[in-house]
Amino acid sequence: MNRRVFLTTTAAGAATFAFPAVLRAQSKDPIRIGFPAPLTGPFSAIAADMKQGAELAVDELNAKGGILGRKVEVLIRDDQLKPQVGAQRTQELIEKEGCQFIVGGLAAHVQMAINEQTKKAKVLFISTSQSDEISAKPDTSPITFHEALNPTITSRVVGKWVMENLGKKWWIVYADYAWGKQNNAVLQDTLQKNGGTLLGATPYPLGSAEFSAHLPKIQAAKPEVLMSVTPGADNIAFLKQARSFGMDKSMKLAQPLLWISYLKEGGPELYSDVYGSINWYWELQDTIPSARKFVEASMKKFNMPPGDYGAYSYSGVLEVARGVELAKSTDSEAVANALRKSPVYDHFKGKQWWRTCDNKAMQDMWIVKGRGPGKTKGEWGLMDMVAKVTADEKNDRTCAEKGFV
Amino acid sequence: MEVSLAAVLPQIFTGLVLGMIFVLLAIGLSLIFGLMTVVNFAHGALYMLGAYCTVFLLGFTRNFWVALLVAPLMVGTFGLLVERFLIRRLYGRGPDDPLLLTFGLSLVLIETAKLIWGKIGLTLDPPRELGGAVNLGFMAFPAYRLFVIAVTVVVLLALWAFLTRTNVGLVIRAGSRDPLMVRALGIDLSRIWLLVFGIGCALAGLAGALAGPMRGAYAEMGVTMVIESFVVVVVGGMGSLLGAVVAGIMMGQVVGITTFFAPKLAEIMVFVVMALVLLVRPSGFFGEAGLME
Repeated sequence: MNRRVFLTTTAAGAATFAFPAVLRAQSKDPIRIGFPAPLTGPFSAIAADMKQGAELAVDELNAKGGILGRKVEVLIRDDQLKPQVGAQRTQELIEKEGCQFIVGGLAAHVQMAINEQTKKAKVLFISTSQSDEISAKPDTSPITFHEALNPTITSRVVGKWVMENLGKKWWIVYADYAWGKQNNAVLQDTLQKNGGTLLGATPYPLGSAEFSAHLPKIQAAKPEVLMSVTPGADNIAFLKQARSFGMDKSMKLAQPLLWISYLKEGGPELYSDVYGSINWYWELQDTIPSARKFVEASMKKFNMPPGDYGAYSYSGVLEVARGVELAKSTDSEAVANALRKSPVYDHFKGKQWWRTCDNKAMQDMWIVKGRGPGKTKGEWGLMDMVAKVTADEKNDRTCAEKGFV
Repeated sequence: MEVSLAAVLPQIFTGLVLGMIFVLLAIGLSLIFGLMTVVNFAHGALYMLGAYCTVFLLGFTRNFWVALLVAPLMVGTFGLLVERFLIRRLYGRGPDDPLLLTFGLSLVLIETAKLIWGKIGLTLDPPRELGGAVNLGFMAFPAYRLFVIAVTVVVLLALWAFLTRTNVGLVIRAGSRDPLMVRALGIDLSRIWLLVFGIGCALAGLAGALAGPMRGAYAEMGVTMVIESFVVVVVGGMGSLLGAVVAGIMMGQVVGITTFFAPKLAEIMVFVVMALVLLVRPSGFFGEAGLME
C-alpha cells in the first residue's frame, strides 16, 4: 500500500464517521420495490402509465432523502400479462434482486399469481389492479393490500348512477373472463335490486375485434342503455362498431370504467358522451392540492399528465414508503401493521384509507363521460367529470361477506 | 327468445360482411395453393400488413380511396419479393418447407409491426361518405359494411374475368392442372407463380385494408383470421376458388347465426362445421382428392 492510497482510505473513513447519521445511513443498501407490469401485450399502454407513476414516486422519495435515510429503487419487470410469467418475475424480484416489497400488477389473474408468490415469501404486496378476490378470503393475506378499485365497487357505483340518470332498461356486453364476468354479475345484481330490466347479456371472447354479429339482436331489443364491459383495445373496436350501426343514436353508451389511454387512442368522436367511472383524472388538480403536485411532477418529467393506473402505482409505492417510515423497519409484517394502525393517507386525490379487515383502499371515484369533438381541452383534456362519488365502505362487500369474521 | 324473420334477417346480413373478409383471404390462399401447393401461413400477417399500410397511407395522403387502392398493391409487391427471394428456393421440397418458412415469416412480420407501429393497435375511420348507417327497412346498417360487400363482389368478378378471359388466366388454370405439360409447351411457369403469389398477397392486403376501418389495425389481427381462413379453404376444397367463395360466405353465416343463438359457441362452431363437412366430403365441397400428395 503506497502513501496515496493510505491517505485516501483513511480520509474516506474519517469522513464517514464525521458525517451526520442520516447521510451515513444513506450509504446503506437501498430499499428495493419490485414492480411487475404487462409492459408488452394488449394492456401495454396502461402499463406504460403505471411505470411512469412508480418512477415519479421514487423520484419524490429520493429527493426527500429516501426512506429511513435509505435510497429507494423500483425494479420494473415485464409480466407479459401472463400469470406464470408474473409469478416467475415476482419470485426473481424477491429472491435474486433482493426486493423487500412488491407493488403493481395489472389484470386480475396476473395479480393473483403475484400474490401467491408474495404470500409464500412473506413479502408485502400492494396490488394496483382491479379484482374482487385479492382483498377477500381465501386469497388475500394480512400482508396483501389493494390500492385499486374492484368490480364490486365500480359496477355498483356506475350501475346505480346509470339507472338514476340514463335509463333502467339495459343490455350488457361483457368479455368472457374473470374481470368481465365479475362486473357483469354485479351490474345485473344492481339492476335487479333497483327495479331495472335486463333485456339481455352477451359474453364475447376477450381480445375480439369483431362485434357486428352481436349488434342486430341488441338493436332489435331497444335497450335504453348499452353497458359494455370491454377492456383494453376491445373497447375501441366495440364502440366503433356500435356507433357504425347507429346505436349511439337510439341508446346511451355506458361502461364500468373509462381508461384515459384508450380515450386518447380512440379520439373524442368515438368516446363522445360515453359514460363510465374513473379512480382519478388529471383535471382534479384544479381542486385537489395533492393531485396538482402529482400532475406537475409528471408534466416536468414526462411532459404528459399521469393516467388512472399511473396514479394507483404512484400511490402504491408511496404507501410502502409511508409504512416503512411509520414502522421504522422494512419487515413486511411490521409495515402492514403500521399501515393498518394509521390507515388514512392522501397522495394524489384527497383522503383515502385502508379498511382494516381486508386491507382494501377506500377512495373517492368519479363518474365521467367522454368530451365530444371541439370540447376537448388540449391533448389530454378528454373527459368531463359528471359526478363525484365519495368513498364509502358500503360500496364494497362487507368484511363478513369477504370471509372475515 | 322470439325467433322471427325480422330478427334473423339482420343477422344474415351481418354474417355476409364477415363472410366477405373470409372469402378474400381464402381465395388468395386457395389460388396460391392450387397453383403452387404452397400453404401460405403468412397470409394472416399480410392481412395485418394491409390494414397498417392503409393507416400509413391515410396519414400520408389523407385520402381513403387512394389508401384502399395502394395498400393492396404494396402488400402484393411485398408478396412478389417474398416469392422471388424466399419461397422460390424451396420449390420441389414438398409442402412442409414453405409452410415453415411462411409461418416464420408471419412471426417476423408481427413483431416488426409492433416495432414500427407500437404494441397497442391503431384505429382508422371509414371515409366521411361511408361513415353513417343506412336504413335498410329492417335495420340500420353501416354504410361502410355495405361498401365492403360491394368491393368484394367487384373484385371477385374481376378475378373471374381475369382467369377465364385472358391468356395469362388460361396459363394459370392450366398450370394448376398440370404444370409439367405447361412447361413442355414452352411456357415459363416461374413468372406465373410469381404473379399468382403476388395476387394472392394483394387480396390478403385488400382484406386487411377493408377490415381496418371496422376492426382497427393491430399486430395480432391476422392470427385467428388465418386459421379461420384455412378452415374456409379446407371446407371449400383445397385449391378450389368457387369452394373458397361458397365456404367463406357459409362460415360468415355460421358465425353470425351462432352468435345470435349461443354467443359462447360462435368460435368453436366454425371448427364443428369443418369436421362435419370433412366427414361427409373428405376433400371439401369442390376439392379434388390427392392434391396434397
